Amino acid sequence: MANALAPQKQMTFGEGGLALTFAALAALCIVIAAKAYTPEYAFHAYLFTAASLAAVFAIINRYYDRPAERAPLTIDGKPNYNMGPVKFATVIAMFWGIAGFLVGLIIALQLAFPVLNFDLQWISFGRLRPLHTSAVIFAFGGNVLLATSFYVVQRTSRARLAGDLAPWFVVLGYNFFILIAGTGYLLGITQSKEYAEPEWYADLWLTVVWVTYLLVFLATLWRRTEPHIYVANWFYLAFIVTIAMLHLGNNATVPVSIFSSKSYIVWSGVQDAMVQWWYGHNAVGFFLTAGFLAIMYYFIPKRAERPVYSYRLSIIHFWALIFLYIWAGPHHLHYTALPDWAQTLGMTFSIMLWMPSWGGMINGIMTLSGAWDKLRTDPVLRLMVVSVAFYGMSTFEGPMMSIKVVNSLSHYTDWTIGHVHSGALGWVAYISFGAIYCLVPWLWNRPLYSLKLVNWHFWVSTVGIVLYITAMWVSGILQGLMWRAYTSLGFLEYSFVETVEAMHPFYVIRALGGFLFLCGALIMVWNLWKTVNSAEQAETAGLALAPAE
Amino acid sequence: MMDPTYRAAAEFAQTWGLAYFVVIFSCVLLYALWPSRKQQFDEAARIPLRED
Amino acid sequence: MSLWQKHAIFEKNSIVLVIGILVVIAIGGLVEIAPLFYLKNTIEKVDGVRPYTPLELAGRNIYVREGCYLCHSQMIRPLRDEVERYGHYSLAAESMYDKPFQWGSKRTGPDLARVGGKYSDDWHRDHLRDPRSVVPGSVMPGYGFLANTELDFRNIADDLKVLRLEGVPYSQDMVDNAVKDVATQATTDAADAADVIKRYPKAQVRDFDGNPGKISEADALIAYLQMMGTQVDFNLYDDKANIR
Repeated sequence: MANALAPQKQMTFGEGGLALTFAALAALCIVIAAKAYTPEYAFHAYLFTAASLAAVFAIINRYYDRPAERAPLTIDGKPNYNMGPVKFATVIAMFWGIAGFLVGLIIALQLAFPVLNFDLQWISFGRLRPLHTSAVIFAFGGNVLLATSFYVVQRTSRARLAGDLAPWFVVLGYNFFILIAGTGYLLGITQSKEYAEPEWYADLWLTVVWVTYLLVFLATLWRRTEPHIYVANWFYLAFIVTIAMLHLGNNATVPVSIFSSKSYIVWSGVQDAMVQWWYGHNAVGFFLTAGFLAIMYYFIPKRAERPVYSYRLSIIHFWALIFLYIWAGPHHLHYTALPDWAQTLGMTFSIMLWMPSWGGMINGIMTLSGAWDKLRTDPVLRLMVVSVAFYGMSTFEGPMMSIKVVNSLSHYTDWTIGHVHSGALGWVAYISFGAIYCLVPWLWNRPLYSLKLVNWHFWVSTVGIVLYITAMWVSGILQGLMWRAYTSLGFLEYSFVETVEAMHPFYVIRALGGFLFLCGALIMVWNLWKTVNSAEQAETAGLALAPAE
Repeated sequence: MMDPTYRAAAEFAQTWGLAYFVVIFSCVLLYALWPSRKQQFDEAARIPLRED
Repeated sequence: MSLWQKHAIFEKNSIVLVIGILVVIAIGGLVEIAPLFYLKNTIEKVDGVRPYTPLELAGRNIYVREGCYLCHSQMIRPLRDEVERYGHYSLAAESMYDKPFQWGSKRTGPDLARVGGKYSDDWHRDHLRDPRSVVPGSVMPGYGFLANTELDFRNIADDLKVLRLEGVPYSQDMVDNAVKDVATQATTDAADAADVIKRYPKAQVRDFDGNPGKISEADALIAYLQMMGTQVDFNLYDDKANIR
């Protein structure tokens, strides 16, 4: 009936409802801004107002521009994929990545040369450090996960992304959360829980966004025309569900007033410490591991053009990993006032975790068996395989550091920082770079501008990582040993500040490593920019790099 | 010294907890390695390679 | 009909998957966290631990705001060198009113769990303004703006009310006098000093930042630093009584 008569255009329930909700939110936020306890909180309330009004405008504008009928689910029997939100998340991931690496470089330099704090509250180390961690983990990593999960779930389900406005709400809403969190840190709004610093209202907003994310993901799976749910989607699903649970548990907080940004967490002392590191460690386990393993399970087979080494191993990997990870949190609290039984439990599970981690690593790397020559010719594939090797290295180091005697030396030192960065730079960032190098040519239907530049990116940043983690190993172990050094008379040999001064050369080397890593990422941005803006279509060249559409 | 709730909890964990882990892990192994499921998994593994 | 049935099974599968994930991940957290609330020996019985005074609480909030926990731990481990360097190892009871906890995870600077009383107020004032003026070789940022910024404590009673709601034993008397107590505690030879000490035993009452004309953020932060780790009298504490 649609072909004969132009159907009447009608606002959908979703469009109308969402526009009204945002209008109401804008009004509420103006009231809050007027009565806010602090100017910083008022600023955030105005940001919410502005964003809500922009959302109302965008929804109405989109309604007038769109055709009367909803986008078809299939065109000529092929799924009509919705790649708009994927493109947006990919681009903004690179933007946040550069910002996050840059802030990391700045705080590394601040530790080497404290004068760079300029004694200004907004850019002192204590405020920039959460900005760095959130920018790289949640802004860069989070957008990579949004982009790849929306891409992979569509392709492996052979179905269009569920929802009309919902996927856009997820990517835009998530990035608005990043904006609120980041500006909040600079203004001193934080609840001081590591990797969960945003205050109650940002947490509330993220909860709404995250539930929508879960629903969009599930609804897309329900639409699938494939009988199986591909294993990458299992990992994405575990990541989404677990992060939701952790977020709610660790941010259970009561605001002082709706007009105040300050809130007090309901947990206290030792219980709060346990909840925090249950959250903190599983943010590593499910955000930085499960989510990025999903990327590994899709992009490496796709790029190598062969199925994953063992699908059965991937299933065992999945259940063993999510089962063991959730217990490992207490290893962050060895020798503290946390009861011993909990520490022992955490240590035991952390050591067992080594096995599924290496199972996953073997599965990823062995996918290339019979195609090892591709490592020589395809730097993108090399980037991803090296990332899996880094994953293997840091998941060996992690269980080792969770052993109590090792931890008594490593805890509180730079060794932990080095360990985190071997995982973050080597594993998370490299697998993300690899995925983006695949995604951009696929999404924009252009051949990658230069494989040579990918090669440069790879080597420059690998040298950077090696400098970074070796500097932190040496400084961490050195400082740990200096703290416990005794003179022959039985006195502590070094004052604390002497151990700080001994760190200086390593802090300079670390900053150099960070600088190289940033340079590598800038090379990548240039390469992607040239790719997207090239006139050449993928059909004419580089066909092998793009999936057959 | 050790309070009785603690001892009871520890005893429970060391027996039923262990049994629980073994059972869960066996279930996963059985599911993943059951011979008749091999073909289904091989097919699933090829999903990323045979889109549209 | 048959197609619909098939589809229904697929839908169920992803729900089954979600349920499986939930069951697997919920158990680990429950087993590790829930007992901490009911096992009596999680927090040892100790005399002397009291809620923070309103001024100390305001100082603590500044400590949180500036991200001090990113470089300073507040958790002394029972290792020989740490006990000799910092003092008696930290007890769970000492942070029982800490919302959120500030144990930290990194020591770019030294542990602060027992920094109270180790240095003079003047030292703290100078150290916050310019750390390298008293500790050459320190890499700490300067916090001179704290002494110049007036402490905003108009709504501090709200903070106490929320904490009371969450189980911190603030009395009605404490809530009613919260604003007054901030001003009193930050004043040397204050007339109502005895009231503050009665409400909060061992509270230190004086001007902390060397500027009696103003109650600054530095007043609050130094008041907090000077009380840290001083509540429990370790001459009386029997560490054998709480073996866990």
